[in-house]
Amino acid sequence: MSYALELKNVSVIYGKDTPFETVALNDISTGFEQGKITGMIGHTGSGKSTLAALLNGLNKPTSGEILLFGESIWAKPKEMKKIRSRVGLVFQYPEYQLFDETVEADIAFGPKNIGLDEEEIKSRVRLAAEFCGLSEKELKKSPFELSGGQKRRAAIAGVLAMRPEILVLDEPAAGLDPKGKEEILSGLTEYKNTYGATLIIISHSMEDIAKYADSILVMKDGSVYMQGGVEEIFMQAERLFDAKLDLPQITKLFIELKKRGITQSTDVYTVGYAKKEIEKIINRA
Amino acid sequence: MLKDITFGQYYPGNSLLHRTDPRIKLLILVEYLVFVLIASTELAMAATLLFTAFIIAVSGVRFGILIKSVKPLIFVLIFTAVMNLFFTVGEGEPLVAWKFIKIYENGIRNAVLMLLRLLSLVLGTSVIISFTTSPLELTDAIESLLSPLKRIKVPVHEFAMMMSIALRFIPTLIEETNKIVSAQKARCADFESGNILKRIKALIPILIPLFVSAVRRAEELADAMECRCYHGGEGRTKLNVRKTSAGDIVFLVAVTVFAVSVFFLDTVSWSEVTEFCRGIFSK
Repeated sequence: MSYALELKNVSVIYGKDTPFETVALNDISTGFEQGKITGMIGHTGSGKSTLAALLNGLNKPTSGEILLFGESIWAKPKEMKKIRSRVGLVFQYPEYQLFDETVEADIAFGPKNIGLDEEEIKSRVRLAAEFCGLSEKELKKSPFELSGGQKRRAAIAGVLAMRPEILVLDEPAAGLDPKGKEEILSGLTEYKNTYGATLIIISHSMEDIAKYADSILVMKDGSVYMQGGVEEIFMQAERLFDAKLDLPQITKLFIELKKRGITQSTDVYTVGYAKKEIEKIINRA
Repeated sequence: MLKDITFGQYYPGNSLLHRTDPRIKLLILVEYLVFVLIASTELAMAATLLFTAFIIAVSGVRFGILIKSVKPLIFVLIFTAVMNLFFTVGEGEPLVAWKFIKIYENGIRNAVLMLLRLLSLVLGTSVIISFTTSPLELTDAIESLLSPLKRIKVPVHEFAMMMSIALRFIPTLIEETNKIVSAQKARCADFESGNILKRIKALIPILIPLFVSAVRRAEELADAMECRCYHGGEGRTKLNVRKTSAGDIVFLVAVTVFAVSVFFLDTVSWSEVTEFCRGIFSK
């Protein structure tokens, strides 16, 4: 198992040695597997966003090391630009970062900053727009004419166009309708499959994470609370309540059934699987 | 870089100045500004400094915070003092004459006076108003003091409302700016290298989203205010009505008396004082 990105004893303390000292991240050691989608989940204030800003060197950890394919990202601070093009970070509500005259020019901002040539930029912009479901017509528009959901796509495309090996997304689907959510997340999965990229998706919706992620990292109070494959985590679904997380409706149903001694499994998070399980129970009875 | 600004920031507390009616504080500030600017003799300046020290002591603001608030102004202070030192043309022989540089006794006097005056202005204003008055109290006080102008159709309430909204949004916009800077940095934007033209150009990806979001916020706020039936100042009452206490009046009167005495002290020069003293002792 090889990690694309690895954290070693990483701590972040805000306002160190002042009365306002708060520990945002407490001695975290973990890794993100290459070519996989990791869902990072946690309650508000659990340190998810702080962790995200560490991964591409926007913030420096108070202590500890962050390794990108085995090399510390802080080894050469002058080459941080290169790190940022390799580890793409999409913030929460990224649509507020759009600024250029056309969507096309805005998506090209990142690749231009890396210093690619015109041809390469053009083809990357087209591809990124395609992954995000933006049409040729929309590329020519001003980003401020787009609808909320299209703005989000344009902003995500702006990071995809840098073609990062690792892509970190903070709540990429927050506030979108179910169809828009579906399209964006499957577009991202497609990007991952095409380039063998590693994806880290931050969310507090267990439902979305369960559907797209290969493994889950649960954060609680600035520490890693649970980590493992999706099934593994759902096996101990009850523990997630302690991290103040909400579970998919269907999982909640199975937890109640387990309490009543009707079933043993709580690793149920899709309706299809739940249907099979319930049929089994009925056949037994 | 934006978090180190202490000038104009409010520090909650319960000192005499914190408790004084902000309207009275505004009047005191006006008097204070007048006598600080008038004081031009040694005696008057000494009295002014004494008052400034008194008002600082009474405010309960920590010394470290005061130092921090003066720090960004050090350059301006030194610059003015140096200008006064070199460019005051006094009577009699210059103390130092070297090539084109001539320093007169009067120049040194002016430089010191100007330095102390500016220092008093900054410290006094921050202590009387900004450090000890919350922005909300301040706009309320301004509205109340200017309310006579309503008779001649000056939209006083609207001005006060605009001011409080502007103050309210400063931290929000700072936070927004930080977010946008991070987002553009994540897209490999470079704000730190290149010549000045390049650096100004690099600000465009920050400024445009910032303006867009400021306008959006303004529209949302306007809608929210209208939804709650905001229609300007007419017939509007306050939740907390500020009452001027007897102590406030005493404070104001005392400062007024002090201001008048500084005014008189200013007409007396140092030589007159020494002569006067000599006159007493020789008797």
